[in-house]
Amino acid sequence: MFLRTALLVLRKDAAIEAKSWEVLTTTVFFAVSAVLVFSFAFVKEGEPLEDAAAGILWIAVAFSGTLALGRTFERERYAETLRALLLGPAPRPALYVGKLLGILAVLGIAELLLTPLVALLFHAALFARPGLMAALLVTGTTGFGCVGTLFAAMLVRARSRDVLLPILLYPITIPVIIAGVRGTSALLASPPDEATAVMWIGILTAFDVVFVTLALWTFEPLMTD
Amino acid sequence: MKKLFVPLVVTVAALFVAAPYMIAQAPYESTMGLVQKIFYFHVPSWMAMYTAIAVCAISSAVFLFKNNKTADAYAVAGAEVAVLFGLMGLVSGPLWGRKAWGVWWQWDVRLTTALLMELIFIACLLVRKYGGPGSEKLAAATALFGGATAPFVYKSVDIWRTVHPKTSVVPELLKGSMPGSGLPFALSAIGFVLLATLLMMVRVALARRQMALDELYLDYEES
Repeated sequence: MFLRTALLVLRKDAAIEAKSWEVLTTTVFFAVSAVLVFSFAFVKEGEPLEDAAAGILWIAVAFSGTLALGRTFERERYAETLRALLLGPAPRPALYVGKLLGILAVLGIAELLLTPLVALLFHAALFARPGLMAALLVTGTTGFGCVGTLFAAMLVRARSRDVLLPILLYPITIPVIIAGVRGTSALLASPPDEATAVMWIGILTAFDVVFVTLALWTFEPLMTD
Repeated sequence: MKKLFVPLVVTVAALFVAAPYMIAQAPYESTMGLVQKIFYFHVPSWMAMYTAIAVCAISSAVFLFKNNKTADAYAVAGAEVAVLFGLMGLVSGPLWGRKAWGVWWQWDVRLTTALLMELIFIACLLVRKYGGPGSEKLAAATALFGGATAPFVYKSVDIWRTVHPKTSVVPELLKGSMPGSGLPFALSAIGFVLLATLLMMVRVALARRQMALDELYLDYEES
């Protein structure tokens, strides 16, 4: 029941997205423009600064992730569909997991485009250890996404939600972003520092466990009036 | 609570009158000299902040799951007092750091995470102020996440190599690593934690009056 509900919510979001491509296209486009904005700050005389790629990649993910979260839940608010979902006889944590999977899918696709782009534009060897890089991206995006989904869902009913989402999201998720950046720059060193990267993946996994547990635990009372 | 209020005020006042004298009497540390005495202010501020965070996080959880209005009053009080004492810690820290490290701010793990913790509780207050109706729950969730980061911030100096002194400094001092400074430190710590408690009590009383007033307004409009 739990898993089926989550997958149904995911399928609903995918069906809506397949019709309009709204969230995916805007997210990817925003991520690319964010990377371009950074090129002004971190390129000196045609040469990118060392280590800049790691920070650029993760900040682009965080910024475009915030945009995607805002859009996804704005859509749910617009037609009061989130309320409809909550009224249904489904376990509420399952709704949360479904929305989370949707966000992670969007961010995953954006990262698939973003990572090669950053590697190309900033001469960064992001693919020197593809397995570790993928593990960093998966654990980091999960940490960011699970806090983001919880807060974006809560903010659906709040005033000035566009401003409040980043205000709440960034202080809480900055540890995740720091861990992601540190892990990535360890991989960018030559030769890649695998031990350090694995340590940061471990820390990110610990964050994921704490954040997902807290989110699943608080989603039910938070979404009850 | 009301019976405790006056004795608490007297105790805190006495401690704060005695503190300057006690701190002046405490011995000079061999390498840092006078600057080290900021320790009697800096560490107690963070202790007071952790106390306020504990109050805020626990009462936020109670508010979320039991929908208890009084718990919400404690959560506001805890968040505001946490922000206040966090600011004191963040201001007093660089004053010492300038002398010890040569710079006002180091981006090491402890400093960064402490700043983040402060930001989370400021965010908590911002949501409460600008989130409109129902934002107490949002603030409570934020406080829970903030409370979850607090142990990380405390232990960060022991896990990573940082320039910030380790957590073992305090127990060592109390055990007498610097004879004559244990007692002044213990008294300032007690003074700060009691001050935080006092401020929270006042703030809770204020929040409860606001709630009572809101209910009166609602009754008046209905009648």
